[in-house]
Amino acid sequence: MSAVADEGRRARWTPGRLALLAGAVVLAAVWVAPLAWAVATSLKPEAEATRTPLRWIGSTVTLRAYRQVWEAGDIGRWMFNTAYISVMTTLLTVVCCAMAAYGFARTDFRGRKALYGVVLAGIMVPPQVLIAPLFAEMVSFGLVDTYWGVILPQVAVPAMVFILVKFFDGVPRELEEAAFVDGAGRWRVFWTIVVPLSRPVLAAVAIFTFISTWNNFLWPFLVTTDPNGMTLPVGLVNVQSSYGLRYAQMMASVVIAGLPLLVVFALFQRQIVRGLARTGLAGQ
Amino acid sequence: MTSPSARTAETTGTTKPVGIRRKWTEHGLLFVAPFLITYSLFLLWPLVSGVRMSLRSDNITGSGGEFVGLDNYAEAVRDPDVWSSMGNTVWFTVLSTVPLVVCGLVLALLSHHLRVVEWLWRLAWFAPFLLPSGVVGLLFLWVIYPSDFGFADQVLASVGLRPGIGWLTDERYAMVSIVLATVWWTVGFNFLLYLAALQSIPRYVYEAAELDGASGPRRLWHITLPLLRRTTGVVVVLQVLASLKIFDQVYIMTGGGPDDSTRPILQYVYQAGFTGYRIGYASAVSYLFFALIVIVSLVQLRLSRRRGEESG
Repeated sequence: MSAVADEGRRARWTPGRLALLAGAVVLAAVWVAPLAWAVATSLKPEAEATRTPLRWIGSTVTLRAYRQVWEAGDIGRWMFNTAYISVMTTLLTVVCCAMAAYGFARTDFRGRKALYGVVLAGIMVPPQVLIAPLFAEMVSFGLVDTYWGVILPQVAVPAMVFILVKFFDGVPRELEEAAFVDGAGRWRVFWTIVVPLSRPVLAAVAIFTFISTWNNFLWPFLVTTDPNGMTLPVGLVNVQSSYGLRYAQMMASVVIAGLPLLVVFALFQRQIVRGLARTGLAGQ
Repeated sequence: MTSPSARTAETTGTTKPVGIRRKWTEHGLLFVAPFLITYSLFLLWPLVSGVRMSLRSDNITGSGGEFVGLDNYAEAVRDPDVWSSMGNTVWFTVLSTVPLVVCGLVLALLSHHLRVVEWLWRLAWFAPFLLPSGVVGLLFLWVIYPSDFGFADQVLASVGLRPGIGWLTDERYAMVSIVLATVWWTVGFNFLLYLAALQSIPRYVYEAAELDGASGPRRLWHITLPLLRRTTGVVVVLQVLASLKIFDQVYIMTGGGPDDSTRPILQYVYQAGFTGYRIGYASAVSYLFFALIVIVSLVQLRLSRRRGEESG
């Protein structure tokens, strides 16, 4: 950050700006309140969780609910499943879509235009429409209750190919040509020149794929029935009823399950915001 | 194969040795192949086999039935549950889109104009978007459901109101409660889209307006909002498509109740196919839902074209 930009940032605190600040603080508080309430509840002794009137802190602050949830449930297992599925899906999606986008943007082969048209048309199809036939397909492939059954249908994302083709179109051809002259093949040019140049947009695509896979509910919910293979969102809902009225435990599991992606966000805040701008989604 | 490579050489406008020109063409299909294989298997093929299924009376595994022609569609069109869940889906989309777009814009404007502790606003408003739907569902069950000791009722009670609202059990409030949870949960995405757009507006535009003596609200109305028009178009389209696909929150918070008043169409597909074991019928209902999405998309395309003509 340069000194000039810093100076521009230090605007005066006029009454108008103070009012904006007050508004922002109130809205931020409203947004944080449910989460704070969940954390507060999870730290209370079970008997005090449902006590009225509203009190943020119970007579004692205890981690008992967390210990009980961790020992009783399969949260650790579900978290592993979710992490494994999300990492694999993200890797495969980024590699498949980036390669395809490069193929469509920079190579020429018979039927390229027609195939790209077919891919673009796929943007119109919401995956949710396909749940019935896709499930029948999974049954016939024997992929129900497997990791691959969850991963594979999420890998081919036509919208990602579209975003990446737009980006690759802007990479100067001269950079590749120089490498060809030096005797590099297509494959090497792709990995050593195009991929490094596209890191920001690939990172954005990867982060958003990761978030949406981690949180996906409907498809994993349909294709897993065995509690051992469930993802975190599905597992949580599955045991919801078994918590009964133990709200402190319920909120402890909410906190445990919500934490990982919040940490990811805290680490990648900048990339996420910039990535959105770079993918052109913001329409500018 | 000579003509495409010749075209490539033409468009780049450079003369290259023959060997290099060959490099433009080779392997192209290999790059596309992994995507095309998964795309064909898990999008194109289900799309086609779904049509076949919707013409049959198959059970959950996609077998054991017979060809019934358009019977499934005829039944679906006459099924009041299809229409009511389709209506719930559209109603949810109508109720949720406006607050989600407006809130996203307002939050982005606040954060952008304050220029202090930006990370804090981003964390507060975007963080809920990162929570799995299961977490959001349980959280809101706890915040609004227990009507005597729930958080929402207690906050209202502390300012002198004694609501005792059946947030999720009263037909009048159930859908609104789901909309509230959805706004809280997903507004962060629209907020970030608007924020990215705001950050890409060049400074000098405002500086010029300031020199001309335009006040803050005037700058907002005459410069910022018009410049955000394209973004708003994108946000609205994405939001409507996302809202039409609602399933998770409803399934977790109300299970479609009370009395099916919040059941969305995707849940009806799920019930028909996965708990009712009629996958052929479920496919037919899916394609009716698909038709709804296509119609909405076409209408939006029309509207955005007209808007584009007016402004251009």
